Amino acid sequence: MELIINGTPRRVESEADTPLLWVIRDELGMTGTKYGCGAAQCGACTVLVDGQPTRSCVTPVESVAGLPVTTIEAIGEDPVGRKVVEAWVAQQVPQCGYCQSGQVMAATALLKQTPQPSDEDIAAAMTNLCRCGTYNAIAAATRQAAQG
Amino acid sequence: MNAITPPALVEALALRDALPEDRPLNLSRRGLLGASLGALVLGAALRAAPARAQAAAAAAKPGTRVPAFLEIRPDGAILLKSPFVEGGQGVSTAMAQIVGEELDADPARFTVECAPPGADYLVVNGMRITGGSYSVRSSYATMRQLGASARHMLLQAAATRLGVPPESLSTAPGRVVHAASGRTLDYGALATEAAALPVPEGVALRAEKDFRWIGKPVARLDVREKSTGKATYAIDMAVEGMLQAAVQHAPRLGGEPGAIANEAAVRAMPGVHSIHRLPGAVAVVADRWWRARRAAEALEVTWTAPAAEARNALPADFSSEGMRAALAAAPGPGNAAETEGDAAAALKGAARTVEATYDAPYLAHGQLEPPSALARWNADGTLDLWLPNQAPEMFQRVAAQLAGIAPEKVRIHSPMLGGFFGRHFLYDAANPFPQAIQLAKATGRPVKLIWSREEEFLRDALRPMGLARFRAGLGADGMPVALEAEAVGEGPIGRYFGTKPGAADPSVVEGIAGKPYAIPNRRVAQVPVKHPAVIGFWRSVGHSMNDFFYEAFLDEMAEAGGQDPYALRLRLLAGKPRHKALLEAVADLSGGWKRGPYEAADGTRRARGVAMASPFGSEVATIAEVSLKGGEVVVHDVWVAIDPGRIVNPAIIEAQVNSAVALGLSSALLEEVVYADGAPQARNFDGYPILPPDRMPRVHVRIVESGAPMGGIGEPGLPGVPPAVVNAVAALTGQRIRSLPLSKTRLGAA
Repeated sequence: MELIINGTPRRVESEADTPLLWVIRDELGMTGTKYGCGAAQCGACTVLVDGQPTRSCVTPVESVAGLPVTTIEAIGEDPVGRKVVEAWVAQQVPQCGYCQSGQVMAATALLKQTPQPSDEDIAAAMTNLCRCGTYNAIAAATRQAAQG
Repeated sequence: MNAITPPALVEALALRDALPEDRPLNLSRRGLLGASLGALVLGAALRAAPARAQAAAAAAKPGTRVPAFLEIRPDGAILLKSPFVEGGQGVSTAMAQIVGEELDADPARFTVECAPPGADYLVVNGMRITGGSYSVRSSYATMRQLGASARHMLLQAAATRLGVPPESLSTAPGRVVHAASGRTLDYGALATEAAALPVPEGVALRAEKDFRWIGKPVARLDVREKSTGKATYAIDMAVEGMLQAAVQHAPRLGGEPGAIANEAAVRAMPGVHSIHRLPGAVAVVADRWWRARRAAEALEVTWTAPAAEARNALPADFSSEGMRAALAAAPGPGNAAETEGDAAAALKGAARTVEATYDAPYLAHGQLEPPSALARWNADGTLDLWLPNQAPEMFQRVAAQLAGIAPEKVRIHSPMLGGFFGRHFLYDAANPFPQAIQLAKATGRPVKLIWSREEEFLRDALRPMGLARFRAGLGADGMPVALEAEAVGEGPIGRYFGTKPGAADPSVVEGIAGKPYAIPNRRVAQVPVKHPAVIGFWRSVGHSMNDFFYEAFLDEMAEAGGQDPYALRLRLLAGKPRHKALLEAVADLSGGWKRGPYEAADGTRRARGVAMASPFGSEVATIAEVSLKGGEVVVHDVWVAIDPGRIVNPAIIEAQVNSAVALGLSSALLEEVVYADGAPQARNFDGYPILPPDRMPRVHVRIVESGAPMGGIGEPGLPGVPPAVVNAVAALTGQRIRSLPLSKTRLGAA
């Protein structure tokens, strides 16, 4: 089947029910998207599918055929994504960093849909887990990206 | 830096080094086929290592041979091989600050990676671990001297090149300056010549008042790559020709694979290369991980009951509930860890006594990167291993024994860690690399093995469950005159390093022993009870629960004596100026001590709790403010005053305190590994919830630099959080919670 990954058509041969995460990581060799739980609990695997934040670890690859998929590797090609990354750097958000690809993707999705989010909007959208507890920095960086 | 007290783990390692060679070795020396893969023991990993390490170290004292640590590229970029592994605690940035300060090079020019095994890197009391909140404080002097030596060598090289006396030269960040002629030479242009020079001894260090980077909030080196998905972890590694593997473990530790009902069918699944029986597990090797995992989970395995002699076999009826009962039933008086005055007599003479029993559950590490290992056997008989680890030399030694080759033939690669919190030491049956080594051998191909989250929850080494019994005596004035405490259970120090007969395991009593309060008659003891489950180190180790036990009980003593808990602590710290100042600092940070309950501006009824802790060479005072919502605790604010004596990076300290508050709160509110019928009941985060973003409080940090010897940073912020929260809950509701997590108890307003 054909996927559209970061604007580029990619032919993949994984079984149709393979989670999108593992097609991205293993078949396409892009490891920025992380495996944390495989059960849509943690959000480390978040990518954008047609602009929607999507937990790729439970998303069968066949369900996104033909839809635009954006991964962390293309974050710099999106003006909102660039603002989010710069805010993440300014706020020194990451600690171990393992969840941060997913956090950055979730924040980018939020700000593309809601450029001026309230604190409640941020709380509702930013639900990914971080075992290092960078939650306050994540919220601050998301607010900063919205202003910047 | 001699005044620094090593954490119990480092002391235990040193003790193990000193043991005679005739102690039995837990590891087979028979090599791969005969080795017991289940018998990985942290302590055993060091056996016989010291002689080799010391022989190698005789050539150069660890931490002195500049070329082993520093490579300066022609463009001025600096590669630092760090003794420590970065896992979010910021140690790579700290090392760049410390070395850069003396080298006279901007930390931003550094790339830091974890050094391979080698005698040069044994800078932690002649050993190497990343743990015990000990990295920076144990290596601070060494790494400063290393940077100063390197600068001196660059000056010498420049003097030769320019034909001027070295005394006529100085440095500016990244270059040597000859002021008289205005000539400058970049470090990168001098590096090759400098590296060939002998390493000088005793080079003078920069005066602390002139520090540009040490003590400053220098930006972390890895933040941009971690914000753009470019950081690579062990799980991301790939090599040419690699296969991937997944495992299914015996549900109950100690079981072995018997018949597989559908082996042929699974072998025919897409991408499957081969199926393997391993000690305590079955594995599928495939071209891609998802295919391996799906096939491994499809295997219909009959698991044999553990053999009588099976190591670490869990009893079929093992349960956490039963374990709690066993701890509660274990009689004292146990092995004394701290004795002052005559607690028994003082209790008899007390105007009144208070008694309580506290407990805390098994905990999982829950680091977000699942464990993995990539093993590659090479044509020359060497073995490359990429794996998460906190101690490269120990992993090298055990891998070599399992592989049946010499340690120097095992190359350990230590990528950055996707969280660790104590997870990545050597524990029985809890590390994937023995399986990866065996699978790579069997297939003749490099194999990357990833444990699914479910397999990780099945085989994680647990923070031990703990229980403590307290009895306190109060005088007629309400002041404590006696305290007896029995901490029941077993800790990772005792498990992996042993304790002397009759001595307490420090990892069981820390946080109950070693408190600063002036209670004149005290006895703190460990009542040893073994855990059938595999236990491990977990952020702040014994402190993670013991300071909760103690500080909550101290509030009970205050209440019984008719005293405010903050005022009582101040009185008990009258002779401890460092602690008293810190307690006053946290009260000030929070706007002045007020216990409550009181009504907040938003109409919620709130209260505050206070706690102190003395973990890992630092001092910490914590206040938490809580309210209730739907029978659950809402923690609004946590104020932390931390005194690590002296500091390297205040921004990283603040981040680490935030992190420790989150994990401490997570444990207080939510976390509990429940065992039933010999197996853990939760296999993912749906059954083992960890702190979500909407339960994160605001965190306010004040760093107090008392000038005391440098203490730790990664762990100390944690232990004060559970008691501060529980004490606040008691103030708000009158309910005294003595068993964690709080989610077990439905709370109601008083």
